[in-house]
Amino acid sequence: MDKIQELKKIASQVRRDIVRMVHEKNSGHPGGSLGCADFMTALYFEIMDHKPQPFDMDGKNQDVFFLSNGHISPVWYSVLARSGYFPVEELKTFRAIDSRLQGHPTPAEHLEGIRIASGSLGQGLSVGLGAALAKKLNGDKHLVYTLHGDGELQEGQIWEAALFGAQHKVDNLIATVDYNGVQIDGPTEKVMGLGNLEAKWHAFGWKVFTTNGNDMDALIKTHQEAKAATGQGQPIVILMKTEMGQGVDFMMGTHKWHGVAPNDEQLASALSQLEETLKDY
Amino acid sequence: MTEYKNTGSKDTRSGFGDGLTELGRQNSNVVAFCADLIGSIKMGDFAKEHPERFFQAGIAEANMVGAAAGTTIGGKIPYIGTFAAFATGRVYDQIRQSVAYSKKPVKIAASHAGLTLGEDGATHQILEDIGLMKMLPNMVVINPCDYNQTKAATIASAEIDAPVYLRFGRPKVPNFTPENQNFEIGKAWMVNEGTDVTIFATGHLVWEAIQAGITLEKEGISAEIINIHTIKPLDRKAILESVKKTKAVVTAEEHMLNGGLGDSIAQVLALEYPTPMEMIGVNDTFGESGTPEELMEKYGLNAESIVEASKKVIQRKH
Repeated sequence: MDKIQELKKIASQVRRDIVRMVHEKNSGHPGGSLGCADFMTALYFEIMDHKPQPFDMDGKNQDVFFLSNGHISPVWYSVLARSGYFPVEELKTFRAIDSRLQGHPTPAEHLEGIRIASGSLGQGLSVGLGAALAKKLNGDKHLVYTLHGDGELQEGQIWEAALFGAQHKVDNLIATVDYNGVQIDGPTEKVMGLGNLEAKWHAFGWKVFTTNGNDMDALIKTHQEAKAATGQGQPIVILMKTEMGQGVDFMMGTHKWHGVAPNDEQLASALSQLEETLKDY
Repeated sequence: MTEYKNTGSKDTRSGFGDGLTELGRQNSNVVAFCADLIGSIKMGDFAKEHPERFFQAGIAEANMVGAAAGTTIGGKIPYIGTFAAFATGRVYDQIRQSVAYSKKPVKIAASHAGLTLGEDGATHQILEDIGLMKMLPNMVVINPCDYNQTKAATIASAEIDAPVYLRFGRPKVPNFTPENQNFEIGKAWMVNEGTDVTIFATGHLVWEAIQAGITLEKEGISAEIINIHTIKPLDRKAILESVKKTKAVVTAEEHMLNGGLGDSIAQVLALEYPTPMEMIGVNDTFGESGTPEELMEKYGLNAESIVEASKKVIQRKH
């Protein structure tokens, strides 16, 4: 399918952007960013109905997205730039002084595409639910999407939000989880086990989908099914199985690249594995 | 002394509730959240009149803050109601990131602030909230003095595109400011003009300051009394103008001395016009159970203390 091939090509460029951004400042979080590159590409280039220009903070009459695990900002900045929210060249200012591309995303610097600050974990689901309620009040039929790390689900606020979403039947929101099973200190099950995550969300009253977050085909299909299930009185969560560091062999299968930048040699190795499909910034 | 009459004691939280009800009728973008305290925070009328715009958040304040911030993305003006203790310290990080740093116009309606919460004791008597909130960039901090002013402040808070911390209390206190007053955020309110000492008071202590002024007048001391209902942004101009005239300052608040109104005024004066100053507030200690009156007396937050402090600071004049 042409569409899938096209999305895969964009994802390859997004991965190049991620490793180059993080390498440039020797600072940032490549692992989770790479793992979510396929989903974020699918979201901004296929799944969402959104309007990059002119940027509307209120997101009226369009789908809106909130990145709750703000540390994977490189992947978000890349897809925002590549889908037309701000100039691609601006990616080179990531984490630099006076940049709009702060280490963690913020609307305080007026970067198009960012509607709330994130970084301190666990807050984005609540924000998404509020935005979804506003959409209902405004008679806006579009959806709200959120992304969370699986480690982030250890935050209590997530489960407060889960209760709230079910109680208020926020059925115009699709939360997604980057279910890569690792966090800074190691495997999630060792650090603070999440147990049966699917059963937990079910028990909290959510409709649950699972998919392979690194399989473009599966991602698109699952999101189509999830979208078809909106408007039925229940909030939706998609657990997306991913591999941290996906696409760069030496960054996969380990939590070590959660928040570490590649050196020059490692960057060259990473780029050799990722086709330049759009022009590098 | 300008004469002020108590037109009938009322709780400031009812001023908030009635203000919110009026706002709900005027502006369909106003929404409200409450964390299982509808009766205490007086949000019942709004909830009844606009069930589609009222969201029960349950005992889950962190989510309430985030969800309220989310509704601003969509043009809503959310009011979140709970006790001041749970509206600040418990959710500081959520307010910091999702509200203040994100510049979202969430209005934090914080009731039962200070010692006058009374019998529930120190767990609920937050005395640090003004400090916590005023430290946050972008946050506006308002502490009105009576029912009428709280109602007016509530209505005014919807007009500004900024996060607002609106602090009020539990007990019935004298209602003496004009009904349907025009509330100007950030503008100090001249209660009484005087020449010997300036008393800057906020919240429940404004009435006490007036009582102190009456006593001082009988003793031949002319007190200027200024109601600082907006602690941030602070009306530096009004403060400096008064202090340059009186050259002696007393501050009075139902809050910890660290981080409160007195602390803000001391900063202005230390930098711009060093002046002898006395501060009435709670000095680095938690509260305890008791009636509001007993507590205010025990911790020295009343007219008598203000009179004493005024005499003391006048003696210290250069």
